[in-house]
Amino acid sequence: MSYLSLSDKDKKEMLARTGVGSVDELFCCIPEAVRLRRLLDLPPAQSELELVRTVDAIGRKNAGVGLLSFLGGGAYDHFIPTVVDYLSSRGEFVSPYTPYQPEVSQGTLQIIFEYQTLICQLTGLDIANASLYDGSTGTAEAVLMAQRVTGRNKVVLAGSLHPQYRAVVRTYIKNLGIEAVEVGFGPDGRIDRTELGRLVDDKTAAVVYQSPNFFGVIEEIKALSDAAHAAKAMSVAIVAEALSLGLLEAPGRLGADIVTGEGQSLGLPLSFGGPYLGFMACKKEFLRQMPGRIAGQTVDKEGRRGFVLTLSTREQHIRRERATSNICSNQALCALRATIFMETLGKQGLREMAWQNAQKAAYAADRLLAVPGVKKRFSGPVFNEFVIDLPKPWAAVDAGLREKGLLGGFGLGSAYPELKNAVLVAVTELRTKDQIDRLARALQEVLS
Amino acid sequence: MIKEIREPLIFEISAAGKRAAGLPALDVPEKKDLLAGVALRRELEDFPEVSETEIVRHFTRLSQKNYCVDLGLYPLGSCTMKYNPKINERLSAHPAFAGSHPLAPVDLIQGNLEVLKTLEGFLCEIAGMDAFTLQPVAGAHGELTGMMLIRAALEARGNARKYVLIPDSAHGTNPSSAHICGYTVKEIKSNEKGTIDLASLEQAMTDEVAALMVTNPNTLGVFESDIVRIAEIVHAKGGFVYMDGANMNALTGIVRPGDMGIDVLHINLHKTFSTPHGGGGPGSGPVGVKKELVPFLPVPVIAEKGGRYVLDFDRPESIGRVRAYFGNYAVNVRALCYILTLGPVGVREIAEFAVLNANYIRKSLEGEFDLKYTTASMHECVFSDKIQKAFGVTNLDISKRLIDYGVHPPTMSFPLIVHGALMIEPTETESRRDLDHFIDAMKAIAKEAQENPEILHAAPHVTYVSRLDEVAAAKFPVLRWEKKP
Repeated sequence: MSYLSLSDKDKKEMLARTGVGSVDELFCCIPEAVRLRRLLDLPPAQSELELVRTVDAIGRKNAGVGLLSFLGGGAYDHFIPTVVDYLSSRGEFVSPYTPYQPEVSQGTLQIIFEYQTLICQLTGLDIANASLYDGSTGTAEAVLMAQRVTGRNKVVLAGSLHPQYRAVVRTYIKNLGIEAVEVGFGPDGRIDRTELGRLVDDKTAAVVYQSPNFFGVIEEIKALSDAAHAAKAMSVAIVAEALSLGLLEAPGRLGADIVTGEGQSLGLPLSFGGPYLGFMACKKEFLRQMPGRIAGQTVDKEGRRGFVLTLSTREQHIRRERATSNICSNQALCALRATIFMETLGKQGLREMAWQNAQKAAYAADRLLAVPGVKKRFSGPVFNEFVIDLPKPWAAVDAGLREKGLLGGFGLGSAYPELKNAVLVAVTELRTKDQIDRLARALQEVLS
Repeated sequence: MIKEIREPLIFEISAAGKRAAGLPALDVPEKKDLLAGVALRRELEDFPEVSETEIVRHFTRLSQKNYCVDLGLYPLGSCTMKYNPKINERLSAHPAFAGSHPLAPVDLIQGNLEVLKTLEGFLCEIAGMDAFTLQPVAGAHGELTGMMLIRAALEARGNARKYVLIPDSAHGTNPSSAHICGYTVKEIKSNEKGTIDLASLEQAMTDEVAALMVTNPNTLGVFESDIVRIAEIVHAKGGFVYMDGANMNALTGIVRPGDMGIDVLHINLHKTFSTPHGGGGPGSGPVGVKKELVPFLPVPVIAEKGGRYVLDFDRPESIGRVRAYFGNYAVNVRALCYILTLGPVGVREIAEFAVLNANYIRKSLEGEFDLKYTTASMHECVFSDKIQKAFGVTNLDISKRLIDYGVHPPTMSFPLIVHGALMIEPTETESRRDLDHFIDAMKAIAKEAQENPEILHAAPHVTYVSRLDEVAAAKFPVLRWEKKP
């Protein structure tokens, strides 16, 4: 099986026109010594039906399907309206390239322009790019951007920033002479501001914090921004749960200079971690240092409104090694899904969804904390995730819950040795009261 | 579709109180004062309010303003715009994958890990490498990862070195990726054949050079026939050869990079392995390495232990993570499906037919358009506007006029070493009818350039908008909608 469209006759005639006797001759420029003179060792071609059976069989080995999940930690199980899948699967959106020819790409370009507007509205900032890979690489790009803007080579990372985001930042900065220091968290789960005051100095390019943070706790963005600005450092807010922006004040209005994060919650399935959507917005004075593509409005020769990719002198295909980033591909189709999602839910729907998340998480916290032996780990306010301390090791509790068909949360011990028996529990609008009650009952049974 | 239909911005058709989606009523007791003391939004100011009908019409109308592979030939050189099989879309959204959480315990994700491990194995066989990581999510991300691996390996030997050599025909991401990896870029000039000049390479290759980044076939669509010698020169000075696999479509089943001296490469699954471009992403840029570089691969590495898959984090020499979770998983599922559908013969036919189609176009247009480098073409050929310049017609005019003939323009003005470039890559999936239509259109345009250049300057004539003022867009940036005061 293959997706070729030439008949044997076509092939013969085309070879004749090309002036070669055989297909093999077309490869005469490759030295014979390195030519592969055997078939690749791959399984024989499968028809569509066989392929479906193969993939079904692999899918069945994902034993987590069907378990009632309370996993979050940067990837969230949210409602996706049918129109998102329906519209985003159109060939006109799925199969074009980057819109470098604007006259035949006005659909994609107008959607990016709408997307940038929505991200600006959510984050409370002036400008947004057309997307980055995901929240983790977006965080790394924000760190590099802060270094370019300030000319300083130190960043302060919150210990409550997603552990995998911190890992990616460290990989990116390792070869660039940028130093990262981490600031711890207090009993409220928020950044320890006394320690922050000690760490931020005149060499600091940025304070990088996540809100709601990895423990679900909402940070005091205003105070963190003030602390950064006092040292002329940038305030970089990471939002790993984009839905929270439907309810919480826009970080840009609380002093953040750059807001970047993960847009998966806005209409993208969990999909084992990708593809996801990195979004980034900033104040307009930092425009020239922003990485990634940007769409802008202009007019055609008749004065009609149209959209183009613009300000590309920042980008690698023009500026090469002096570009603001090496990024080329972004996550356009994911940004399209997020745009359809946000416009479908709209002004009231997004807020309502966010409010239900907060309410259900609060209800779940009450129920779980009523289970004997279960304690609240952090006192700070949360959005749709919270951390509880268990009287027993998580591994045993997790196993017990799974036997009852539940994925109760994410054990924090692997990423935070000091939080050995702590569990991060996420509750979205998809979880019903009955399901939350079921988790509470199951936890009680497993612990007793 | 009617050309005159205008579709406003969603914000311009928004009206208070409308909505397109609802949720069930809250089924837990509502705490009105929840989050008291936390800074909350008063409202989502100026967020759109529209009905579901309006949403569907809005995006359907906008979709009709896009050209796409499903509509016709999309001969963007270096971009490999081939047909995207529909079954792969369906299977990538399989409920067993779509609902799978990336932080789920390892015994619940054995299917996902099997997908990734199987694809790694296929890519190793196709590229002739010893191991692959699927964590990088784009070509440029793969380049960065690959260069980090080289740097780590050199550091382990005691000296990270200073320079990276890159031919002047390379894609802009190469120098940019090397730079973010902390290296200084030195450009290598191409020779009259459009390939790397061995003498220049030998001169530039010192023991302060970490690597050569080479694209093969290069961006002219020319195979670097001296690749074995090139690798020897670099290896003799202790450097590594990085291959940008953007043009792997010309090589599958014909020759393996690992067999010609390549130490590290990335492959764009959204090119060679047909995962759709999506208007600019998501892609996937897996990186393959030879043995010496395996210890430095990003964590976690998927390993097999006692008949099951495990995640190996205990890799002290690893460069760390380059992305959260496991990369663009659903994109990788599509590539796996593609390889399973094609099998060993089909994978070889990718390269065979891609190269045949490109040479057919080249032969058909030779003489009508200037070909700066006459070296044999692989999967793409690079013409220029040199002949048409005499009539005041540029590659931009030619490209825009192609749109009137119902074909997407080729890549323009790249590679930089061909002035006024028109870089044409048809891919293997195209029919004779569509190839001939493109050839006829190009010939007609060559004629128009002589007889009626005005029609080219004014093109395109059939689109919703005519040529857009890109200078004004950059000079007076309007990057978002704002409510009129």
